[in-house]
Parts: sequence; structure tokens; C-alpha cells
Amino acid sequence: MASTPAAADSIFRRNLASFAGNRLAMGSAIVVLLFVLMAVFAPWLAPQNPYETDLFRRLQPPAWVDGGEWGFLLGCDALGRDIFSRIIYGARISIFVGVTVIVVATGIGIVAGLAAGYLRGWVDVVISRIVDILLGFPYLIFAIGLMAMMGPGLGNIILALAYKEWVIPARVVRGETLAVRELEYVEAARALGASPRHIMLREILPNILSPVVVVSTIRMANVIILEASLSFLGLGVQPPMASWGSMVSDGRAFILEAWWVSTFPGLAILLLVLAINVASQGLRDAFDPRFHE
Amino acid sequence: MTPLLQVEHLSKHYEGRRSLIERMTGVPHTVVRAVNDVSLSVGKGEILGLIGESGCGKSTLGRAILRLNEPNAGKVTFDGTDVTALDPLALKNMRRRMQIIFQDPYASLNPRRTVAEIVGLPLKLHGLASGEEARAITARIVERVGLKANQLDRYPHQFSGGQRQRIGIARALVSNPEFIVCDEPVSALDVSIQAQIIALLLELKREMGLTYLFISHDISVIGYLSDRVAVMYLGEIVEMGPVEDVLANPRHPYTQSLLSAVPEIEPQGRRARVRLAGDLPSPLNPPAGCKFHTRCPLATDICRVREPVSESVGPGHQAACHRLAEGLNLLDGAGA
Repeated sequence: MASTPAAADSIFRRNLASFAGNRLAMGSAIVVLLFVLMAVFAPWLAPQNPYETDLFRRLQPPAWVDGGEWGFLLGCDALGRDIFSRIIYGARISIFVGVTVIVVATGIGIVAGLAAGYLRGWVDVVISRIVDILLGFPYLIFAIGLMAMMGPGLGNIILALAYKEWVIPARVVRGETLAVRELEYVEAARALGASPRHIMLREILPNILSPVVVVSTIRMANVIILEASLSFLGLGVQPPMASWGSMVSDGRAFILEAWWVSTFPGLAILLLVLAINVASQGLRDAFDPRFHE
Repeated sequence: MTPLLQVEHLSKHYEGRRSLIERMTGVPHTVVRAVNDVSLSVGKGEILGLIGESGCGKSTLGRAILRLNEPNAGKVTFDGTDVTALDPLALKNMRRRMQIIFQDPYASLNPRRTVAEIVGLPLKLHGLASGEEARAITARIVERVGLKANQLDRYPHQFSGGQRQRIGIARALVSNPEFIVCDEPVSALDVSIQAQIIALLLELKREMGLTYLFISHDISVIGYLSDRVAVMYLGEIVEMGPVEDVLANPRHPYTQSLLSAVPEIEPQGRRARVRLAGDLPSPLNPPAGCKFHTRCPLATDICRVREPVSESVGPGHQAACHRLAEGLNLLDGAGA
């Protein structure tokens, strides 16, 4: 038996230690962290002004190709803007949209899932049917429809994605709640006279948070891809703001003569999404006791 | 003596789910009669033992009395108040006076809360105390049940099963209740620990003037601590009476067969062993007539059609069997 009072969160700590021991997941987490730092410190990291056009540098190739310059590491786009600087700034959009959508969606999902799973009855029927209906729509089509109604823009992207994204945490929370509500400590709280609100927020929620965090992290990668897809289709952030999706789209017309315009932002999407996915798998392995040997 | 707790014709039924097609074609609900028309009373300061096989409805009865699951019919009166008719606020206040101790010391404590939070919760919920005062009260009760006050900030997983059960007892007692449902509080524990917990429960009862409904499937535990005992079979009470009387002179063939399963030390005083054929029938589809007739060695034609009513067979001792008048006892060696 642990004897120090500090051993309080030992389950959490053991999970964290297990995560740290997974090299691939740890490496991926570091990559994600680097992207986040890049987004936060973009103005200090970007070698050029990402919005400054220079027609003399139109489609200038990357530095290591003939005609490239080391000041413009990954070359320039059709308006002569530095692609490397635009990728650094683009990380802000991707990560901001990803984090905001997931935070909003998880918040709504927790409330809806707890209510459906604990209160049952008509609350469960209503929430579960809404979830089923929203799951029936193809995600991208649904988001395109909403964007078409609301018009493009950063705030609207977040709304359009959060509209549907909350059903995923809601389903996870509902399922976990259904399992935990039958445990005796929930019944004990009821026997002591606890209100449904107390039981949902204080007794059940702390015990189901691990799977919710894991699922939310996995979903963040999807949200980032969706934002890039919407921006690729011209429904996302508006020019001149740099989004990886719209940068890929910009380079489409020149893909044969200037491959770098589309390729590098595409690689940035790939790298960030891959890193988030691998890191979140590691999180799942560490926090789900079924994966402990 | 007016009883502290009076249960009259209490029933708890669970309805099975029907599919849409079943609903449209009028297929009736499948109904599990977990508790069926149970009446009993517990006097102040008394321990009523409730005994029966797993699945017979003992726990459901205990929980229905506390309205942890809502009874479908019947009435529970506690100290003159009709508990079954209380509105949510009044019920919450009543919960301070009626508590429960659970069977599983692992599932009954929230793993993310410290002992101080778990045991102190009733004080907070009922606004009895807060801050330093609540902590002092919590520390006192935690020490009373045999833990140390410096263990207040630990989490449940840092304790053994017996210690966890002590935490569960402290939680049930911190709000100074009068009546406790003990739902198999020792059956998940080692035998040596069982004795300690039973001794603790008896001490606490004496000190705090408690009344227990003690649910168990262990006759020796019930025999040791109860004043009166009720024997339950398939959701119904088949025999009830003073504990010495029921154990020495069981009148219902089911009670007799339960007693015959208790191992005995003296070889010469060996009683006949009654082996019941078959399993407990499904409460989904209970047998007609006397519910016990499918397994009863004494069953006759009338048992298969008519349900027996409870009759008095001695002072405070009652049983429900068609063949009571014949005074048969399976333990005399006549059994199957």
C-alpha cells in the first residue's frame, strides 16, 4: 500500500508513465507540441511576411532546386508569397479550429451524454434520436450545406463542424454513463440523498473522463482534415489568410509546373494529423486498462 | 411496541421490453415479480434477518424499502411517515434517517474520491456541517469504525476489502440514521474479517440505538446476530419469526431444507440432509400455486393450484404452507 498522501493520483500517474514509455507515441506528442509552439510563435518564427506578394518571385522553387533561395525555404506560390511562412501561419488556423471545435463539441457531448445515459426515459429517446439523425448525414456534405447557409469564415467553420461533432463524445459519454450508473457507489450517492446533478457531475463524470479525452484527441485529427477540406473547397477562411487547405487548393492549377505550392501544405496536414493519431493511440493504450498487460 | 418500520404488501415488478411488433400485436409484457406482496415489520432496536437464495429478491426488497428502486405497489411506513408517498424533497430528508450498507466494498466507493469526501458527503448533502466541523465529524466516525484519522485523504484503492467496508459503514452512519439496510455487508469478505465487521455492526447498533434489516444468504450469520428472521423464496416471505424459534423449529419445508444445508460439527446429532431437486424457478415464469411446489418434497395436488396464505404457528411465528397442520419436518429424516 502506498503510504504517502501524494500517491493520491497514482492511477493517473501510472497511466502517464505508461504513455511516456511508449516511444512512438511520445515522439508523436512532441511533434504535435512543436506544431502548437509553431502556431503560437508564428510571428517570430516566420522568415517572411506570409501576406506579402512579390510577382518577381512568382512560383519560385524551393531553396534546394535551381532558382531557389534559402530565404524562401519551400519556394513561393502564384502570388510570390513565401510558402514556408504561410505554412507556419496556417498552423494557427488548423490548430485553433481543431481545438475549439473539440472543446465545444466535447462540452456539449458530455452534457448531452450524461443526461441521456443517467436520466434515461424521454430525455434519452430525444437525444439518442438526434444523435442517430446527425450520424446519418455524411459529415462533409453536412458541413458544406451549413457553410453554404451561413457563408464562409473562421467562426462559421467552427460552428459547422461543432454542429455535428458533438454526437461522437455524446455517444461515448452515454455508453460509459450507462455502465457506471449501475455501480453501487452511484446507488450509494442516491441513498444518501444526492441530486441527479451531483451524481452526474461529481460521481459519474470523473470516472468516465479518460475514454472521453482519448476519443476527443482522436477526433481532433479528423476535425483538422475537415477544416482543410472545407478550405480546399473555398468555404473556409477567406484570403489572404493562410489555411493549409486553401494553400493546397491554390497550387492545384500549377501542380505540374510548380509541385511545391500544393505539396508542402499537404505534407504539413499529413504530418500533424498522423502525429495526433499516433499520440492519441498511445493515450488510449495508456489510459485504457484493457491494454495494460 | 409500535414497529419503527412497517412494510405492507410491497411489490416490485420489472417489465421486460417489447419490440415494436410485439407492442402492435398486443403481446403482453414479460413481468419479473422480484418482490411479491411482502409484509413485514421491524421494531426499534431490532435486527431482522432476511435470508434466501441468490435471486430470490432480498436485495430488491431492501432497496424498495429505501425507494432506491420504486416499488410498484404497497406501503412503507417509517416512524409514522408513509415513505412511499414522500415527494422528492421530503424523501431526501428521510434519507438522512434511513441508510444502506452495500455488499461489494469495491464497487460501492467512488474510486476518484478521498475517504474524507466519501464519508463527509452526507453531511454536505444534508447541510449538517461543513469545513472544519465536517472534517472533525468525519474523522470521529472514521476512527469509530476502526480506521485512522490520518487516512482521511487516501483513496479507496489504497485500502483492503475489510477497510473499505468500514468506510462504507462510516458513510452510512455519519448522518446519525436510525435504520440501516445491511445488504449482505459481509458476504464479499474473508471469514476472519466477516467476524470483525459483524462485531463492529453490533457494537454500533448498541451505541447508536440502530435498527437493522440484515440481508444475507448465510444462515449462521443471520442466526448469530438477528432477533427475528424472515425467509424469502421467489419474491415472497415463506416463514418469519423469532430467530431461535425459526431455527429450532422451522415450519416451512423451504426453511427446513435451508437449515439442513448448514454443516454441523457434532456427528451424532446429524440431521437428515434435504436435497432440493432442480434450480430456483425463473421469476419470469413462476410456478402456479405455491411457488415452492416444483422443488418441495412434500408437494401435493393442492400445492400446485392454490397459493398458501401465511398462518400463525406460534408466538410471532408465521409460515405459508398447505401442509403446516400435519407438522411434518424434513429434518427428522423423513425427507427425500
